[in-house]
Amino acid sequence: MARALYIHWPFCLKKCPYCDFNSHVRADVEVARWQSGLIADMRREAEVAGGETLQSIFFGGGTPSLMPPSLVSALLHEAESLWGFDENVEITLEANPSSVEASRFADLASAGVNRASLGLQSFDDGALQMLGRLHSAQEGLAALGVAQDHFDRVSFDLIYAMPGQGEADWSAMLDRALGMGTDHLSLYQLTIEPGTRFATDVRRGALRPLDDDSAADLFAITRELTDAAGLPAYEISNHARPGQESRHNLTYWRYRDYCGIGPGAHGRRGGAATLRHKKPENWLASIDRQGDGLSEVRPQNAREQASEALLMGLRLAEGVDLAALSRRTGIERGGLVEDGRLAFFCEMGLAWSAGDRIGITPSGMPVLDGLLAEIVPSELVAA
Amino acid sequence: MTDLSLIRNFSIIAHIDHGKSTLADRLIQFTGGLTDREMSEQVLDNMDIERERGITIKAQTVRLNYTAKNGETYQLNLMDTPGHVDFAYEVSRSLAACEGAILVVDAAQGVEAQTLANVYQSIEHDHEIVPIINKIDLPAAEPEKVKAEIEDIIGIDASEAVLTSAKSGIGIEEVLEAVVARIPPPEGDRSAPLKAMLVDSWYDPYLGVVILVRVVAGTLTKGLHVKFMQGGTEHLVDRVGCMNPKIEQLSQLQAGEIGFITAQIKEVEQARVGDTITTVKNGADKALPGYKEVQPVVFCGLFPVDAADFEKLRESIGKLRLNDASFSFEMESSAALGFGFRAGFLGLLHLEIIQERLTREYDLDLITTAPSVVYRIQLGKSKTDDAREIELHNPSDYPDPNRIEMIEEPWIKATIYTPDEYLGAILKLCQDRRGIQIDLTYVGGRAQVTYELPLNEVVFDFYDRLKSISRGYASFDYEQIGLREGDLVKMSILVNNEPVDALSMIVHRDVAEARGRGMCERLKDLIPRHLFKIPIQAAIGGKVIARETISAMRKDVTAKCYGGDISRKKKLLEKQKKGKAKMREYGNVSIPQEAFIAALRMGEE
Repeated sequence: MARALYIHWPFCLKKCPYCDFNSHVRADVEVARWQSGLIADMRREAEVAGGETLQSIFFGGGTPSLMPPSLVSALLHEAESLWGFDENVEITLEANPSSVEASRFADLASAGVNRASLGLQSFDDGALQMLGRLHSAQEGLAALGVAQDHFDRVSFDLIYAMPGQGEADWSAMLDRALGMGTDHLSLYQLTIEPGTRFATDVRRGALRPLDDDSAADLFAITRELTDAAGLPAYEISNHARPGQESRHNLTYWRYRDYCGIGPGAHGRRGGAATLRHKKPENWLASIDRQGDGLSEVRPQNAREQASEALLMGLRLAEGVDLAALSRRTGIERGGLVEDGRLAFFCEMGLAWSAGDRIGITPSGMPVLDGLLAEIVPSELVAA
Repeated sequence: MTDLSLIRNFSIIAHIDHGKSTLADRLIQFTGGLTDREMSEQVLDNMDIERERGITIKAQTVRLNYTAKNGETYQLNLMDTPGHVDFAYEVSRSLAACEGAILVVDAAQGVEAQTLANVYQSIEHDHEIVPIINKIDLPAAEPEKVKAEIEDIIGIDASEAVLTSAKSGIGIEEVLEAVVARIPPPEGDRSAPLKAMLVDSWYDPYLGVVILVRVVAGTLTKGLHVKFMQGGTEHLVDRVGCMNPKIEQLSQLQAGEIGFITAQIKEVEQARVGDTITTVKNGADKALPGYKEVQPVVFCGLFPVDAADFEKLRESIGKLRLNDASFSFEMESSAALGFGFRAGFLGLLHLEIIQERLTREYDLDLITTAPSVVYRIQLGKSKTDDAREIELHNPSDYPDPNRIEMIEEPWIKATIYTPDEYLGAILKLCQDRRGIQIDLTYVGGRAQVTYELPLNEVVFDFYDRLKSISRGYASFDYEQIGLREGDLVKMSILVNNEPVDALSMIVHRDVAEARGRGMCERLKDLIPRHLFKIPIQAAIGGKVIARETISAMRKDVTAKCYGGDISRKKKLLEKQKKGKAKMREYGNVSIPQEAFIAALRMGEE
């Protein structure tokens, strides 16, 4: 039974050139219709994956900080009545750090949001402009202050390994970030995703991504500085003071069940993968037609579950418990990993193995995708 | 029946692009062999490859009926001979079927090396040579200078050279008159037992194997029971004819004449060039001189890029061999390249032609491994084996070095003809390739240099290097001069300390280091970075002679991955796995097949 709920708000004021998330720009959003639609979607999930209290809710997007606080409040009330909340439920909302949105933080906190994840992205106006962000560095810092005043826990995102970015530049920015007093940071290397404007720019030669070796150097610096500051990486790009990890995101990485509602939201619950209509209008039409936004419910066999559990779990510093995965999927340990390859990479210092647990070392993390291709057996991956 | 005195058999010798085919076309047109409408351009060179490369691979003949100014009608048999040294034996048989030759030289470019080899062969056959200076209407034409070159370089009288422009139709009749007047008629006893020389043969899908013959003595008639004296087979002649250039069936071919026969033969292998055809009853007791069995001298591996194409490759090679008995093939398997064939060829051009025909006519994607030559190795006695001699066609069959007492490699004599400004670079190239200078002469602004070279240095990429350093101006020709002992070693390529069989090669110790360094550098660019650093080494036995390192991949990670991205991430993993499946594993290193193809592709450095 799912104990995590993801709610997708698909609207943005403007599409960022690096973002390939399911986001859309619309002049008008009929809030009442969206409220009833999301509630209908939520009820459908509670029917099939209810029964236990929720440990976490995550409003993602899009730009969920554009949601009227009353809508957030209504959705949280509905969720609580359907599932019930854990005593220390974590309710995160992704927010853009503009002054307009910051002015809603108090109301969002009153609605029940107790954790904010701010898309600061940079402290440098040039970089923010290049990333297509609508806020300035100054505005972002102010919004961070407001958020810290109103929410119990605050995290923010930075994007690094920008074209031409050097080590000095990044370590200075990261030092500053670590001095902001938050207990959680998401530090992403800029990735050129297919279908984005940046991908087009790269193809045309207008944008030259930072080369992999320099990016690897910046990754190492990031690890060093965050370790020293007491916010070590618990996942590839996520850093937290121990105990301050995002519980909601840990659900994904630990491959436990979660429900996802709203346009394009994915879920994994009861051995099935769920997918919802991506385009807002199609999702609404689906709600009207069938009472939920589901476009696909695909049962997953043991092999699929095992490969997904591995590729998510090995992102975590804590690694994966193979004995537990074996119990869950019925696949013996020998079928879960290429033991020969694992031993080879353990010897090289890129992976580790301790009893039933296996994992990736800090030096292996920057090449995780390559390692997965070696360690995860072909039989688990074959389509 | 044509009186011997009214027959002229002659070959046509020319360098590529000097206008041979155009001239032949004009001669055919002038004598009315084809109407204008029937003339497809360049009748003689039938194959696409022949047309594109401007070279002749198979001998072709055309019979022209020419009424000369003296009122007599002559039977002129024009034979287009293969123009490349790879086919030297075939050339020698074609020339043996003629009494003379016309030598076509471009009025602007002058004499070229490739022309020389055939001219000298023709002279050796005591042929009367009629020089023709073609393209005289080009602005750059210098007929007087070319005449002097012909006299200086070739050493024949060029004062009566015929000046032509085949393209513009100038001097065509003069060529025919000169042939009649200057080339001697054939000789031959038409009542003696039959002796016909098998000049060439090819496979025709409608007629079966067609055999080009020169009747030396006696008469060859339809319905005759004949014997191939070298091949030892007997056949019934079911067609006799000539090409004018359309097929014309005749009742007989008599001594002195050139024509074709068919005899219900299915494979060209049975109709060997140079064989003597005689009658089963009352046949000749002695075969004509000059017959040789053809021996392949250059070998390479041919592998399908897509392993599923192996059967198609086998079939295609089989079909090609129907028409060309001079290449050999046997199955080979390589850990890197899968199943394929080890094929032997008469030379590099022959190799390229076969490779190109497989690609083009049979639509196959091929990997061609670096060509190698045949080495003769004297093995000493071992505990389980006597001392013996072996022939090595494939570096991967290289025997235990401790047993090797002597290795011999084939050598060639190369004649290079070049404008003298490139001479320095060419001498250096020959020197680098272990060449021994035999001769160097200057004629006008040109140099002719003769070198003895090991064939294995030439098959590597010599010709391409020569072309590039001389900007295409140098011409090159060679003949084989036998085996010589050499300090030859097997160079292995190790990727992450594991030998990669498909990349090993046999090289001379003196050039091994340079060759090894080149291969390591190339592989460094071709093998993708891995999660660990990969040493690439060239080694002789246990001794490393060159080394490169591919540094480890440092970043390969999806930065952002949350609940919604699992499916996408899994697709990426599937794709990675599929990519890996297409690679070959050596010492934990996955080498993409493209890397093998690029590393082995001949002629690139």
